[in-house]
Amino acid sequence: MQTTTLYKSLGLAFGALLLTACASKGDIDEGTSQIEDAQDQTTQVVEDAKVSGEELKAQAEAALRDQTVFYFAFDQSTIKEDGKKALKAHAKYLAANSSAKVTLEGHADERGTIEYNLALGERRSMSVRAYLMANGAKAEQLKVVSYGEERPAVMGSSEDAYAKNRRVEVKY
Amino acid sequence: MVKRSLVFFIGILLSLQSVQAEIVIEVTQGKQSAIPLAVVPFSWSGSEPLPEDISQIVHNDLGHSGYFRTMPVANMINKPTTISQVNYADWSIQRQDYVVIGRVEADPEGYAIEFHVLDVHLKAEVLRHRVKGKKSQMRDLAHYISDYIFENLTGIVGVFSTKLVYVTTNRERNRFNLNYADADGARERLIFSSREPIISPAWSPDGKTIAYVSFENRQGEIFFQELASGKRERVIAFKGSSFSSAPAFSPDGKSLAFVNSELGNPDIYVMDIATRKVRRLTNHFAIDTEPQWDIDGEHLFFTSNRAGGPQIYRMNVNSLAVKRITFDGNYNARPRVTADGRKLVYVKQANGRFHIASQDLETGKVHILTSETELDESPSVAPNGSMVVYAASENERSILAAVSVDGDVKFRLPSKYGDVREPAWSPIFK
Repeated sequence: MQTTTLYKSLGLAFGALLLTACASKGDIDEGTSQIEDAQDQTTQVVEDAKVSGEELKAQAEAALRDQTVFYFAFDQSTIKEDGKKALKAHAKYLAANSSAKVTLEGHADERGTIEYNLALGERRSMSVRAYLMANGAKAEQLKVVSYGEERPAVMGSSEDAYAKNRRVEVKY
Repeated sequence: MVKRSLVFFIGILLSLQSVQAEIVIEVTQGKQSAIPLAVVPFSWSGSEPLPEDISQIVHNDLGHSGYFRTMPVANMINKPTTISQVNYADWSIQRQDYVVIGRVEADPEGYAIEFHVLDVHLKAEVLRHRVKGKKSQMRDLAHYISDYIFENLTGIVGVFSTKLVYVTTNRERNRFNLNYADADGARERLIFSSREPIISPAWSPDGKTIAYVSFENRQGEIFFQELASGKRERVIAFKGSSFSSAPAFSPDGKSLAFVNSELGNPDIYVMDIATRKVRRLTNHFAIDTEPQWDIDGEHLFFTSNRAGGPQIYRMNVNSLAVKRITFDGNYNARPRVTADGRKLVYVKQANGRFHIASQDLETGKVHILTSETELDESPSVAPNGSMVVYAASENERSILAAVSVDGDVKFRLPSKYGDVREPAWSPIFK
């Protein structure tokens, strides 16, 4: 959050600088040179917009990558819709950085048997792996492991605890 | 696709007709009635206190087995310790079938215990025996006495001298201990400790080695640990594997069945322990896991979700032919077979809860053995087939509990640290 405001204020400051620079340059009755100046100004303004646009987009992508835990329904390994945007961001990052690697750590809630849940956790990691690969990540960048029900995020037997434990964690 | 599911559906209908999948919550129906037996406190001729209460241990052992209903000491009016002191009328009035009396004496090596078992109806002594041991062996002597009485009165071999291995962990799940204790929970010892999970401990048939899965290298790998020396060895760690787990020794101790998963497909393998040669047994896209040898050493029970949800199957390790075993309900997993090969004990989901159930392998009849606890798992059958120890959830903690195979006698094992999981019952030590 702080970086966004920083960028915003930088952008405003820069814009302000531009205006003051233009105001001090030459008189009105100089003719052609004025028009050139005006063009320069226009060009500059457009470039600035382009640069801050890219920066803002990069910020948004990085923010999406803040989400590293993805959740699943009971006995399911299908990726939920609300996680796909963030996963795409991870995939893009991995596609752009071929030396980057992640471990996809799969988990299950405590219900059912320990070994079956180990397999279920792995299935979930595999789902995430498939999605990342479909969106640009390479197989060598992705390691799949499962902790089954052994490492719950939240202790307890409530539905809420269970929901938070059925997850895959993306670890760089 | 439609054709295949139709055939499958008809197949299910046919098999339902031949399999009696009637769920019965066991109370007293169809089980052997417990024999009333009194263990009178043994006398002790010495002055300093005994390190263990022998008759109390015998009383607990026999009572917990489910085969005997032991009389509370508080109800005993007379407490004979020699044959001449016994008045059979005292015991027949109390409706006891047997009375156990005994004496502990000092011995140059430690202690000597002589005990007698009396048949109240026959009004006669039917067993008499004497055992000796060191001071440190008192509990072992008591369990030996329990085994002796149990075997002679029921005809079934006793398991009071067997051991349990189980995993304990803390709430933060950053400390995992593999522990070893007597079958009654006493004398707990730590045999391996780790910051990473430990699961699926399994005994070798000679009782000398424990196989288990350790996550110390950040993924599931199978290790052997020799109990006597503490020596550890990583046995299975395939390249490209996400995990290797669920080790199970064959009845002759020469093979190890296990699960290996690569790219999301867990399958069952068998390793020759001497040569370390591995053979793949299943090659199916479903989750195939939890292999467990049948007593003939030629078949494996295992869990698979090839039919949708987890069910138990049985395969021939040579022909690789697979046959489905469980049909009742939509979650049946983690098979264990009794020593006589007659019953399957496993985890069953019923009415949203997880219980331990047994299925008669001949008739197909299903019984739910546990009813008071909710998240029951990891059953392990006693090597004489009489009892099942398992993990249950109580007040948000995992504890060990035991139930007799008939489902009647239930008790909990004391735990002093965190959550107790995955008990594995030892073989009978020869």
